[in-house]
Amino acid sequence: MKKLLLASAASILTASGVYAEDVKIGILVGFTGPIESLAEPMAKGAELAMKEVSDSGAFMDGSTVTPMRADSGCIDNGLATSNAERLLADGISALIGADCSGVTGAVLQNVAIPNGMVMISPSATSPGLSTVEDNDLFFRTAPSDAREGQVMAEVLMDRGIESIALTYTNNDYGKGLADAIETEFKKAGGEVTIVTAHEDGKADYSAEVGALASAGGDILVVAGYLDQGGLGIIRSSLDSGAFDTFGLPGGMIGDSLPKNVGPDLDGSFGQIAGSGGEGIEKLKSMAGDDFDATSPYTPESYDAAALFMFAMQAAGSTDPAEYGPKIMEVANAPGEKIYPGDLAKGLQIIAEGGDVDYVGASAVELIGPGESAGSYREIEVQGGENTTVKFR
Amino acid sequence: MEFLNAFVALSNYVLIPGIAYGSQLALGALGVTLIYGILRFSNFAHGDTMAFGAMVTILVTWWMQAQGISFGVLPTALLALPFGILGTMVLLVVTDRVVYRFYRQQKAKPVILVIVSLGVMFIMNGIVRFIIGPDDQNFADGARFIISARDFKAWSGLDEGLALRTSQGITVITAVVVVVALFWFLNKTRTGKSMRAYSDNEDLALLSGINPERVVTYTWLIIAALTTVAGVLYGLDKSFKPFTYFQLLLPIFAAAIVGGLGSPLGAIAGGFVIAFSEVTITYAWKKVLGYLMPEGLEPDGLVQLLSTDYKFAVSFVILLIVLLFKPTGLFKGKSV
Repeated sequence: MKKLLLASAASILTASGVYAEDVKIGILVGFTGPIESLAEPMAKGAELAMKEVSDSGAFMDGSTVTPMRADSGCIDNGLATSNAERLLADGISALIGADCSGVTGAVLQNVAIPNGMVMISPSATSPGLSTVEDNDLFFRTAPSDAREGQVMAEVLMDRGIESIALTYTNNDYGKGLADAIETEFKKAGGEVTIVTAHEDGKADYSAEVGALASAGGDILVVAGYLDQGGLGIIRSSLDSGAFDTFGLPGGMIGDSLPKNVGPDLDGSFGQIAGSGGEGIEKLKSMAGDDFDATSPYTPESYDAAALFMFAMQAAGSTDPAEYGPKIMEVANAPGEKIYPGDLAKGLQIIAEGGDVDYVGASAVELIGPGESAGSYREIEVQGGENTTVKFR
Repeated sequence: MEFLNAFVALSNYVLIPGIAYGSQLALGALGVTLIYGILRFSNFAHGDTMAFGAMVTILVTWWMQAQGISFGVLPTALLALPFGILGTMVLLVVTDRVVYRFYRQQKAKPVILVIVSLGVMFIMNGIVRFIIGPDDQNFADGARFIISARDFKAWSGLDEGLALRTSQGITVITAVVVVVALFWFLNKTRTGKSMRAYSDNEDLALLSGINPERVVTYTWLIIAALTTVAGVLYGLDKSFKPFTYFQLLLPIFAAAIVGGLGSPLGAIAGGFVIAFSEVTITYAWKKVLGYLMPEGLEPDGLVQLLSTDYKFAVSFVILLIVLLFKPTGLFKGKSV
């Protein structure tokens, strides 16, 4: 009797509950640290995609997805690594992150590769990550800075700027980007008067600005962070009258910069990964007042989450070893184009054995070692706000 | 015209920031030197005392701003400064009663007091971070510039701009006022004289009826005023972040030691020596030389002796040189 009961109970369990499960996806971004003002909308973007998929009921026989947040600190390798390990211990099946390039490399080497975990970073842009030995575990929905260097050089040339002074934040991201900008701008015929590093978190940047001013140049390009040294350099330059106009690469684009600097920033320009068109508009209307969908790397975060879930659906598994190879497949042609808000439709198509080409909010097209091909928004600060003037 | 441009560029990037930074260091070094002279130990908690004073001032400033109290073109923080000084006085006197007095009664060696002050430093550091957080805090208001670079260019017609921030002007004026008041106090008042007597020879001072506990208390009260003023000026001019005050400890000690520990005049001189060394050695001279050198001889390179990354190393090197060749410092202080 007892045996019969056990057997029937076991058969009921296997019959009903086995397929629907709760999939955990980790979100590892810098809620503290130099890009903390960007982290909140990024996490919310990713969570929006997960909620959409959970609510649809079409994901892996009605499975739900639960986000798990953790702090990368952006520049704190120790913190990011231990938090990534904690997420793994909590049983995540996929890892969105990390955000800044240095910690992303550290998490990849120390946590993802040893544990066979797949990572999609929405914002790590260092060119070094293109060539890193990643066992095909690392993808990014953000383009490499090598591409940003080309775009920045084009923007500068189109605006008739002949010479620039260049300063970068002293880490993987800053150095990689500065190298790319310098090489591309020189190739295009421009002159780079000085390339110098600055440290984040100092009280006073007058010495750095003194050196930059002495070298001269039409504008100052600041490859730094908008909540950190980048802000300090710009303030100090404006105070001493060293430079009036600034070139602002991705890490410097955000609403807090024009707000903190004030009207003197008007006329400065730059670019950030992102695209126009249908995808971003849809995400904007979905986000509503909850968060700012146009905040940097927020669309990329939504896309990173969506790619994970599509790949899992395609592989019919939440095992990184099985769904990992599917990521490139669902991101690129051929197949039905999928935009934000259509995730249920995409999951349906995949379940029926069809092909999807995920476009998403940031026009995802993964190339080479699994990174975004890179479309950029050209930004100009006008009337105290970042205004998109052009797409490149 | 060329010469004027060179001079303006030099003032803008070297002289004005150097003088402001030097004044801040001098005020900090004066405190260190007074403690060394009268209490006979190197106070490592000095940087964090500055942070504490600045923090109290900032909190009062925010309250005043919320109440709509302002100081016109001057920053509200100047109005809040007396409250910051009072807060720091309470902190320092309590610290002395609870911690330092015990070791004084034990006649502890200076090196033990140094380690004790290190412990006090960590506690103060923790208190400041606990109350106001580790982040940058902005509390400056009022007019930002006395002379702005753009206005100066338009007015003078020169190629180079000259900027003088309100905070820099206030820093220098306040520093002068505080230093004059301190010297008057030490040289002319009875209490000041008894402090100097106690500093010169403790036993002799005791014999002539000077109450040592009174001298110690007065010293801490003066230190509280000095540190708060220095901390607030630094915060106004640069930015308030608890960690940067900890970093300031090295240049401040370098200034005090270069000038000669225990010599107030030396502390001031030392502050400016350190400040100008840091600024001039890391400055790229290309622009200034470009104006001054005859046609064709302008430098192509940056003419920068050291990258700005090594700014703090400069004070360290100066400290080493002074300790090696003239341990008593420029103004014949006590040897370390």
